[in-house]
Amino acid sequence: MADKVLCFTDRGIYCPAGDFHIDPWHPVDRALITHGHADHARPGHARYLATQAAAPVLRHRLGAITLDTICFGERRKIGGATVSFHPAGHVPGSAQIRVEVGGEVWVASGDYKLENDGLSEPFEPVRCHSFITECTFGLPVFTWVPQAQVSAELNAWWRDSVAADRTPVLGAYSLGKAQRLLAMLDAEIGPILTHGAVETTTQVLRDQGLPLPRTHHVTPDLDLKEFPGALVVAPPAALGSDWMRRFGAVSTGFASGWMRMRGVRRRRAADRGFVVSDHADWPALNRAIAETCAENIYTTHGYTDIFARWLREQGYNASVVPTEFGSDDAEDGTV
Amino acid sequence: MKSFAALFNAIDRTTRTKEKTAALTAYLREVPDTEKLWTVALFTGRRPRRAVTTTQLREWAAERAGLPLWLLEESYPIVGDLAETIALILPPPGRATDLPLSHWIAQLQRLHDLPPEARKDQILDAWDQLDATERLLFNKLITGGFRIGVSQKLMTRAIAAALGRDEAEIALRLMGKWRADTTTWHALIEAEDAEADASRPYPFYLAYQLDAVPEDLGPPGDWQAEWKWDGIRGQLVLRGGTHHLWSRGEELMTERFPEFARALDFLPDGTVLDGEVLAWDNGPLPFGTLQKRIGRKTVPKKLLAEAPVVLVAYDLLEHEGRDMRTDPLSTRRAALDDLLDQTPAEAPLRLSRPIAFDTWQALAEIRAMARDERAEGVMLKRLDSPYLSGRKKGDWWKWKLDPLTVDAVMIYAQQGHGRRANLFTDFTFAVWSGNELVPFTKAYSGLTDEEFRQITAWVRKNTQQRFGPVRQVKPHHVFEIAFEGIHASPRHKSGIALRFPRMSRWRRDKPLAEANTLDDLKALLATYE
Repeated sequence: MADKVLCFTDRGIYCPAGDFHIDPWHPVDRALITHGHADHARPGHARYLATQAAAPVLRHRLGAITLDTICFGERRKIGGATVSFHPAGHVPGSAQIRVEVGGEVWVASGDYKLENDGLSEPFEPVRCHSFITECTFGLPVFTWVPQAQVSAELNAWWRDSVAADRTPVLGAYSLGKAQRLLAMLDAEIGPILTHGAVETTTQVLRDQGLPLPRTHHVTPDLDLKEFPGALVVAPPAALGSDWMRRFGAVSTGFASGWMRMRGVRRRRAADRGFVVSDHADWPALNRAIAETCAENIYTTHGYTDIFARWLREQGYNASVVPTEFGSDDAEDGTV
Repeated sequence: MKSFAALFNAIDRTTRTKEKTAALTAYLREVPDTEKLWTVALFTGRRPRRAVTTTQLREWAAERAGLPLWLLEESYPIVGDLAETIALILPPPGRATDLPLSHWIAQLQRLHDLPPEARKDQILDAWDQLDATERLLFNKLITGGFRIGVSQKLMTRAIAAALGRDEAEIALRLMGKWRADTTTWHALIEAEDAEADASRPYPFYLAYQLDAVPEDLGPPGDWQAEWKWDGIRGQLVLRGGTHHLWSRGEELMTERFPEFARALDFLPDGTVLDGEVLAWDNGPLPFGTLQKRIGRKTVPKKLLAEAPVVLVAYDLLEHEGRDMRTDPLSTRRAALDDLLDQTPAEAPLRLSRPIAFDTWQALAEIRAMARDERAEGVMLKRLDSPYLSGRKKGDWWKWKLDPLTVDAVMIYAQQGHGRRANLFTDFTFAVWSGNELVPFTKAYSGLTDEEFRQITAWVRKNTQQRFGPVRQVKPHHVFEIAFEGIHASPRHKSGIALRFPRMSRWRRDKPLAEANTLDDLKALLATYE
């Protein structure tokens, strides 16, 4: 039996024809990287290939790596395989990776969402025979409201907090979610302060030309009195830490797809939960899969068993990616 | 329903008691009396009679959402709440209305008179005009269990603030067996001449755990000590020739413990006792004996003979129809002694006798023997203290024995519900019997959120087998399990059952082989049962 176009090994997704891996979690010779989140772009590979748009963040996070870049849509031969990268809409620069060998096409989705967030290159459906899809939110309870509606909630919370003499502190992962939220905030309300981890990544993306509002990095010598009515954006780990004490009375907010569930909202013990996700919700997952016209679907990351069963009932030849993909504790990942 | 939904959101999104109280107070000032009454009823666990089953709800919701039922069933344990799961999977409403909470409750009550198909139409029609939060609340009206962090105390405070009334009086009015569909807000809360419901108990006064040394409490002479009994807290209300027995959770236990009907033969009308219900035969029987009576609505004669109960009384809240709660404990106790000293042994009543002691050191020595008396420790009550309501620091302390502990191996894990959905929080533990691990207890609490997160990640990677929601994990982690008592139980494979087991420490330092053995547990059983 001929090798499959892509197969699943204990290092990750592997292409025998091209001798490369996609988002591997153990060091390999050649790694194709969908995007810069830590569970996809790991250190230690000999050679990296990623989109031009993802490159600055990868260099920022992984330091001196041997990185080759590719444009969206550009075709490149690697051994017996032809690869191309297509927008995944997850975070700026994020890609699905299309691999074609002898006329058979596979696509590894990486992480993706369908809604245009105004910053990430919008998701592009790619026709293929086999589609490896994430399903972080692969349950029908996960449906998102339009971004404009969450923006209104966010800004109302900012105004209400300031009126109640509390500083709103918004917890968000430093790559992707933080910038998306920055773009959703109404800078007319007041200044925006950032934690160092958020500020550096934001600056990397700003330097790439992304339209992001002005932010002020919170340093020990920054005089907070000069920023009345400010909102603070910080990584989730900073919520409730000593670092936050400087702001006095605060109202904490947390933005994630998991905030759709009341149990998780309450466990986070943030004052407010905002349902904002950079992953596809249930309807979007189903739509994306239908638009690939693929017959074979492989589910990974998330509710893989349940989602694969559902897809089989819809007539797909669906199965769960057989290997353990590092941590599937997606709730604490970058969602 | 919009104002009730807004109240729910305001309460649900904060953990600050002050903000919750303020939201509830503002709401109570705003809405009509029928809305107030139902809100308070729901928050105290009173809901309309169930007209549709949760099975029907699941089927109808799946059908309406165009999903197979199994997919709803798989989603439910992940969300952790059925009412919420249904609210989340339904398609957006087709139209918007704003009918009051009481309208929807009336609608649900009318369902009883309708044939099943018509009930379904009504439910689907309701779902089609409610937004996400309103749907969750509507579903909760059917499934029950409004657990939203509104304590009785918080609600009492909000009502008192909204009405400018005394908190203690409101607390008293909310007790007892009222129903929202047979009373009015006026009769329940406001009516000056409301005839005191003969069954109505007083709010319980709850003790704090003493974590410091008793020396900090001042001179021993200011305090009364007695055993901390290991039974069920109960309040026996004798008024108007009737008797009612209430649990601390405000549950009426009268039917369950028919022995107390005879209390009327020995005590005068207008008497209310606070005490502990214990299985008793010339002294307290093991808690396991009392447990046979808990949860049984009717009691067979044989069981009545095997596990007879008494009330070991420690306080007198009402005497000759007079509310005694503001009198000092010493006065209440003197009156209690007078009442119970004259009762014969056949009466289902005993006096919880004070323990004489001169110094804290002497009391500490007596406390160390608590397990011999089948007690959990000692209670300390200030002699000049009134009977307060709720958990208040200062006058009542429980000074419990240190718990017993064993080191056990985690072998099964299951996800929690509600706030703990998506985390593995429910574990089964085992001890060694030769080379075999024998399960002997479950435990759910005692770890920090961070520890639960860590163990959850570990469970996901170390699952060996799945049995529905239960995962068998690699025997690896050792936990110290603390518990208050141990008794023989033929229903368990290990032959023992624990009282209040919880995880007191994650013993990362302890190798698997050094966990305790079944023989160790049997030795504890022999010593302490």
